[in-house]
Amino acid sequence: MTETLTEPRPLSFEEALQKYDPVLGFEVHVELNTATKMFSSAPNAFGDEPNTNVNEVCLGLPGTLPVVNGKAVESAIKLGLALNCSIAEYCRFARKQYFYPDTPKNWQTSQYDEPIAFDGYVDVELDDGEIFRVEIERAHMEEDAGKLTHAGTSGRIQGADYSLVDYNRSGVPLIEIVTKPITGAGERAPQIARAYVSAVRDIVKALDISDARMERGNVRCDANVSLMPKGASAFGTRSETKNVNSMRAVEHAVHFEIRRHAGILEAGGSIVQETRHWQETSRTTTSGRPKSDADDYRYFPEPDLVPVTTTAEWIEALRAELPEPPAERRRRLREAWAYSDAEFRDVVAAGLLDQIEETVESGASAAAARKWWMGEISRLANARETEPAALGVEPATIVELNGLIDEGRINDKIARQVLEHHLDGEGGPAEIVQKRGLEVVSDGGALTAAVEKAMAENPDVVEKVAAGKLKAIGALIGPVMKETRGQADAGKVREIVLQKLGIQG
Amino acid sequence: MTTTLSGLIRLTAAQMAVKLRAGEITSVELTQAHLDRIAAVDSTLNAFLHVSAEEALQTAAEVDAIRAAGGTDAEALHRLAGVPIAVKDLIVTKGQPTTAGSKMLEGWMSPYDATVVQKLREARLPILGKTNLDEFAMGSSTEHSAFCVTRNPWDTSRIPGGSGGGSAAAVAAFEAPLALGTDTGGSIRQPGAVTGTVGTKPTYGSVSRYGAIAMASSLDQIGPVARTVEDAALLHELIGGYDPKDSTSLHQEVPAFSTHAAAHDVTGLRIGVIKQLQGEGYQTGVLARFQESLEALRAAGAQIVDVDCPSFDYALGAYYLIMPSEASSNLARYDGVRYGSRVLPEEGPLTMERVMGATRAAGFGEEVKRRIILGTYALSAGYYDAYYGSAQKIRTLIQRDFDAAFEAADVLISPTAPTVAFPLGAKLDDPLAMYLNDVATIPANLAGVPGISVPGGLSEGLPVGIQFLAPSKQDARVYHAGGALEKLLNDDSGVPLWAQVPEVEEAAQ
Repeated sequence: MTETLTEPRPLSFEEALQKYDPVLGFEVHVELNTATKMFSSAPNAFGDEPNTNVNEVCLGLPGTLPVVNGKAVESAIKLGLALNCSIAEYCRFARKQYFYPDTPKNWQTSQYDEPIAFDGYVDVELDDGEIFRVEIERAHMEEDAGKLTHAGTSGRIQGADYSLVDYNRSGVPLIEIVTKPITGAGERAPQIARAYVSAVRDIVKALDISDARMERGNVRCDANVSLMPKGASAFGTRSETKNVNSMRAVEHAVHFEIRRHAGILEAGGSIVQETRHWQETSRTTTSGRPKSDADDYRYFPEPDLVPVTTTAEWIEALRAELPEPPAERRRRLREAWAYSDAEFRDVVAAGLLDQIEETVESGASAAAARKWWMGEISRLANARETEPAALGVEPATIVELNGLIDEGRINDKIARQVLEHHLDGEGGPAEIVQKRGLEVVSDGGALTAAVEKAMAENPDVVEKVAAGKLKAIGALIGPVMKETRGQADAGKVREIVLQKLGIQG
Repeated sequence: MTTTLSGLIRLTAAQMAVKLRAGEITSVELTQAHLDRIAAVDSTLNAFLHVSAEEALQTAAEVDAIRAAGGTDAEALHRLAGVPIAVKDLIVTKGQPTTAGSKMLEGWMSPYDATVVQKLREARLPILGKTNLDEFAMGSSTEHSAFCVTRNPWDTSRIPGGSGGGSAAAVAAFEAPLALGTDTGGSIRQPGAVTGTVGTKPTYGSVSRYGAIAMASSLDQIGPVARTVEDAALLHELIGGYDPKDSTSLHQEVPAFSTHAAAHDVTGLRIGVIKQLQGEGYQTGVLARFQESLEALRAAGAQIVDVDCPSFDYALGAYYLIMPSEASSNLARYDGVRYGSRVLPEEGPLTMERVMGATRAAGFGEEVKRRIILGTYALSAGYYDAYYGSAQKIRTLIQRDFDAAFEAADVLISPTAPTVAFPLGAKLDDPLAMYLNDVATIPANLAGVPGISVPGGLSEGLPVGIQFLAPSKQDARVYHAGGALEKLLNDDSGVPLWAQVPEVEEAAQ
């Protein structure tokens, strides 16, 4: 292997940036969520038994022919538009040829010199709120390969005892987004890397063209890094760190590669053009295979597919379907909801923007919506080992629950119980309150009796209250709640106590 | 006229269909007669790689039962229902092996049917079996089959043409009335020419390629093989039409080709004689029959005109870059990983690359390797523009030559092949000489236009083929012209050429 033990120590990040300007480039692969594969009618689904979501086409059996998935082309055009790209009127697929067992035809059907979308940009927001523009070279359609599992200690095909291949992923539609070289990033390079991948993920999620789950490989990033001496204009030799599959990893990989390159260059060495593997545990990269620009994939236009042609009408119709760009939407919602920066960041991180927006649209206040989704619903989801969004809580349910609280018919604690009963299938909130008799006890009789009992059992507390320490009333609320099985209205309890003691509230 | 059971096989497919419909014969009788014929002569001819008697008889019995029951089901039967057929072993069939004539796929069973096979099954044509071919359809003599050498029924010491020598020989020797072939550079038409049968290469995209094992995707077409133009037309009607599984498939209604085949009147039909497809390299006897065909057509009222297609001189060169380039890619999948044969290296470590290499070294024959190497080279970085790119430009020029020629003529005419059937082994050591067999058939594949080969008489006792070409999507014209010439020559000699085939020596029972 090309890994050498004598590779110089990486420079510190600060020192590296004092001496060199980093140039970045990203290739992000997005797996589409179409019902079927890119060129066959086999299902496009994740997590099933190996080799079940396959048919003769995606297995590349003799005699089979591909047919382009029209839905995938629409997704590619939408993504191209969202990335501010031009859309090709005419483009073809090509065969990228290499022998590898995860590719059943021993070529990958991809777009070579005729991508469907090209020359775009995406504006990414950095931590300090500044906008950095990343230029897009192209976005092209292609098919995914199958998945290899290598048995044995090496974990790679070399030295494996045997290897297993699952073709469920073979032929899954992919869009590869390639940036132009990103210069001028300086010390913000790692941050820009994270922000860019994050922006792309947000866009494909908003377009609903991908499940966009990085941990499942729905969005995969190859990060290219090179350094050039400060002030130089000729790019240095690049390394390509493959399949960096989390936002944090992308940031760290770029950070590490800048330091590694600088260490080698400072020691008078030269960078090997190669692919690198990201090592999550050590936060370093290791050498993969050498890669040269002369890799010969013997590309030629795929003769089994007719060219894809687009019309202005079609493109405009798809443009009209585009959702609000995620960055703009976030700015709009943050203002409208008046959350603090921290609150908003937490909501975004929890992936609950959609849910809160729908809940607010259904009539809840922004504060209440946040309280429910970030609080009880997240807690229940956690307890039930699922995602908040997957619990099945309808915005209308939350509005109804809140209404019951506002009307004083239940308190917060009861409301939480009602939600849990609701999730267990007992019906709507009002229905549950009625069936289970959970309505707050605030009528004179039962409540007054409970208060009187609590006052009789806690003469010391009564004394304190009578002496003007109104906060002490809290110590009476507990016993009253106990007596009424939690259904007492705390405000009402306070009222009765004060009334009994002849104090003006 | 009464027909004995053994005489049944000498009818045309259209005549068989009439007798079946009239209840004069059953499909089981007809199918059995062909199976008997195969049993009698195929050990001499080797037209078949696989015979599926049981399946064919079962389909035949089903047709007979439906017909016997009468009613709407019987009325709904396809015109060719019950007429047996043979399928070139390049076309995948469920339940019967598909080898492509290669060791690489020996023993492989396709889990799916080609679209054309599905159509045969829906129309209930008993499938007699799979016919021999040059390995992966690469050859002009069927000598490159990994399994056996097919012999020409007209002279068993000679080649039956290729790559579809099995289908052509089977039809010529009455082992089957109909067969399916594939034509990438002439593999239907040239075997038709040298066996005295009829073969059509349809317009590219007019018959689904789904399930035809690809050699060169932009050139391959499935087409009919028969003894008469009408029979070829009937089979073409059955297998043609749009297929959503083939994205190069044309959205086009299938015309009634058989009506055109029976039209016969050539008055005023402009027939263009291609200057480039005659003369040097063509046998005198072939050219003599060609001239007689022209005279016959002229006498019948056709207008014979000369057309110039200068780019045709470069067709063979362009073809031998495009075809191997695409083939080198299409054949990459045969690596021993998923299906077909797997060969382990005799020594050294068992790595993935070495197993793939050993499998391909042992599984492919010489001609296949030659084309894979040629194609790999032509597509390599730095050579692509000079080879594949230039060849594509020639292709465009050839299409333009056709466009211009079809301004002056309704159909074009040429000899199908430059020679009659040559002796087995004669060109095996000279690939270039072998490639020259296809010089007249290749331009149609490069341009995607339809072509037919019809018998044009005998030279030295061996059949000569006459080729008609028509503009894209005008396949009806080749049936019209082909049907007319067939009738003129039959009327002249009094008996169809296909009926004059010498009796094949039957194997000892």
